[in-house]
Amino acid sequence: MDIKDIIKPENKVYGKTPVLKDAVLHYCPGCSHGVVHKLIAEVIEEMGIQDKTIGISPVGCSVFAYNYLDIDWQQAAHGRAPALATATKRLMPDKYVFTYQGDGDLASIGTAEIMHACNRGENIVVIFINNAIYGMTGGQMAPTTLLGQVTATTPYGRQADLNGYPLKITELIAQLEGTCYVTRQSVQNPAAVRKTKKAIRKAFENSAMNKGTSFVEVVSTCNSGWKTTPVKANKWMEENMFPFYPLGDMKDR
Amino acid sequence: MALRGAIVVDTERCKGCGVCVVNCPTQTIALSKEVNSKGYNFLYMEKPENCTGCTNCATVCPDAVITVYRVKI
Amino acid sequence: MAEKVLMKGNEAIAYAAINCGCDGYFGYPITPQSEVMETLMKEKPWETTGMVVLQAESETSSINMVYGGACCGKKVMTSSSSPGISLMCEGLSYIAGAELPCLVVNVMRGGPGLGTIQPSQGDYFQATKAGGHGDYRMIVLAPASAQDMYDFVDLGFELAFKYRNPAMILGDGVIGQMMEKVEIRPQKARRTEEEVRALCDSWATIGKPESRRGNTITSLALEADVQERHNIKLQKKYAEIEANEVRYSTYKTEDAEHLIIAFGCMSRIGEAVVDYAREQGYKVGLLRPITLFPYPKAAIEALIPQLKSIMSVELNAGQMVEDIKVIANGRVPVNFYGRQGGMIPDPEEVFEAFVKSINK
Repeated sequence: MDIKDIIKPENKVYGKTPVLKDAVLHYCPGCSHGVVHKLIAEVIEEMGIQDKTIGISPVGCSVFAYNYLDIDWQQAAHGRAPALATATKRLMPDKYVFTYQGDGDLASIGTAEIMHACNRGENIVVIFINNAIYGMTGGQMAPTTLLGQVTATTPYGRQADLNGYPLKITELIAQLEGTCYVTRQSVQNPAAVRKTKKAIRKAFENSAMNKGTSFVEVVSTCNSGWKTTPVKANKWMEENMFPFYPLGDMKDR
Repeated sequence: MALRGAIVVDTERCKGCGVCVVNCPTQTIALSKEVNSKGYNFLYMEKPENCTGCTNCATVCPDAVITVYRVKI
Repeated sequence: MAEKVLMKGNEAIAYAAINCGCDGYFGYPITPQSEVMETLMKEKPWETTGMVVLQAESETSSINMVYGGACCGKKVMTSSSSPGISLMCEGLSYIAGAELPCLVVNVMRGGPGLGTIQPSQGDYFQATKAGGHGDYRMIVLAPASAQDMYDFVDLGFELAFKYRNPAMILGDGVIGQMMEKVEIRPQKARRTEEEVRALCDSWATIGKPESRRGNTITSLALEADVQERHNIKLQKKYAEIEANEVRYSTYKTEDAEHLIIAFGCMSRIGEAVVDYAREQGYKVGLLRPITLFPYPKAAIEALIPQLKSIMSVELNAGQMVEDIKVIANGRVPVNFYGRQGGMIPDPEEVFEAFVKSINK
């Protein structure tokens, strides 16, 4: 059978969702952000909620998330996305409101905002990208950087006595009464991507049912910050990140 | 019944990260020797006859540059 | 006859918010303005007008809730006092940069630092020159009575939406805590979803209809030329505000040879000083800036030919006086009298300072 006969519209089984704009993503090759953006866009398309979804982008590499998903976007000050989301959802309860935050944004400068939004049980979705490093500013230590991990501000590796311990913020979030769904996923292979998409879908569905805050952590790679290749970064993540940040649902009610 | 597949790659948008290549179960795809206008070795079907249209490559692609087609024969 | 009710300035803010159809209030307790949120919580407007009222975890969070609400084209506000406003300055810079309407009330107390809970006007610079980073301005209204506190809420929202710019009511502990009769205005309905869409669909994040692409509200522009164009646009807007929105009042300035300039609670003491000075044979008048940005430059300018002196009277170490000196530009002596730390001068004290200032 000739390739020409396969490549026909009626045979298409997977392609770019129209919720994604045509803009070329500014992310480095292999960056997990692109996959997660795509999954959110696909969930929005499948649920038919493009006209009802408001995204809140953070400060960090994904500040430009608004360039890629064709929905209404707010761009928050560093760490404050959950505060914007709180007001947005309370003022427009029929909308789907999600924040998209990195580890510096959510687990360092914005710790107060995320804790209290989750504790109030705001009916929002939080997508938390944990790649254990500050990408946009050039690879400095994040709150989630592993012990021993080398970054621009821990050139000899993170040491507990000097830099403190990596923060398992998702475990903390899971303790809060206001959260209904807390999960940790990843996107390094097709099975993981499909699981993450299911998690994001569930989070958006929860938000419509007013069950409380849904929190999806995606353990991610930053091959530029980690100074390695995309493929090796995925392997490093599996070997080093997963033992400390184990995947799976922490709470689902 | 067998599945035959094929992919179309938006070569100008491909960044050649190679995550798809290691996730292809049938060793269909590879990165080209040539580069696109940004200097990336883009994705192509090295052995198109192997493709089953499983969508694994497109699923893991961060830049959504792969469209997958599949037929039952 | 409209209903008149005895209330604190802070309570007037709360009732005005409900009455003018405000969509959301987000705040954090701080003395001397906590009655604003307390009154709102007691009144439960979410059961009547549908207004959202939320106690946030910090002032940082309150202002960012205001940012989020403003993104949705809603009439949203917060209130705080000086130390809390300092925390909000980051958010105000973003809101101004993103060109969003909102209302912020500052019931000023003495600083710096934790300072005192007593009244002050020490945040004049912060309010009028922008407390946060970058070249931005807020529309600043200075109330001198509980009635002003009430009326400036609606006015503040009107101006904020007209220019898509944050507006601030810059009160002080005197005005916030003082009880006066306040005339209650008729209840305005909150804007419906359709009205918000008709008014704000070109920029607000209210859900993207098929007919347009997604709106993005951001204050970010990485390219220098884009950011400069944005800055120039903002400055043009501020110039327009300066041209159109100056508000002030005068008291016995027609034949005045000496001018006292005072805002907020000090303008009321200023009136007493004018009367007292006139009894003593001094032709003194008072100018009260009602808007601190835009500042009544032209009104002061017009009086300068008839003046022998100007004295700025403030509850701080001398902030507004710097703006007056720029306007006077050496043509007339500009003097200053102020008290700090929560101390409030009486009219005789200000009169003595005035006499000393013109005989020095």
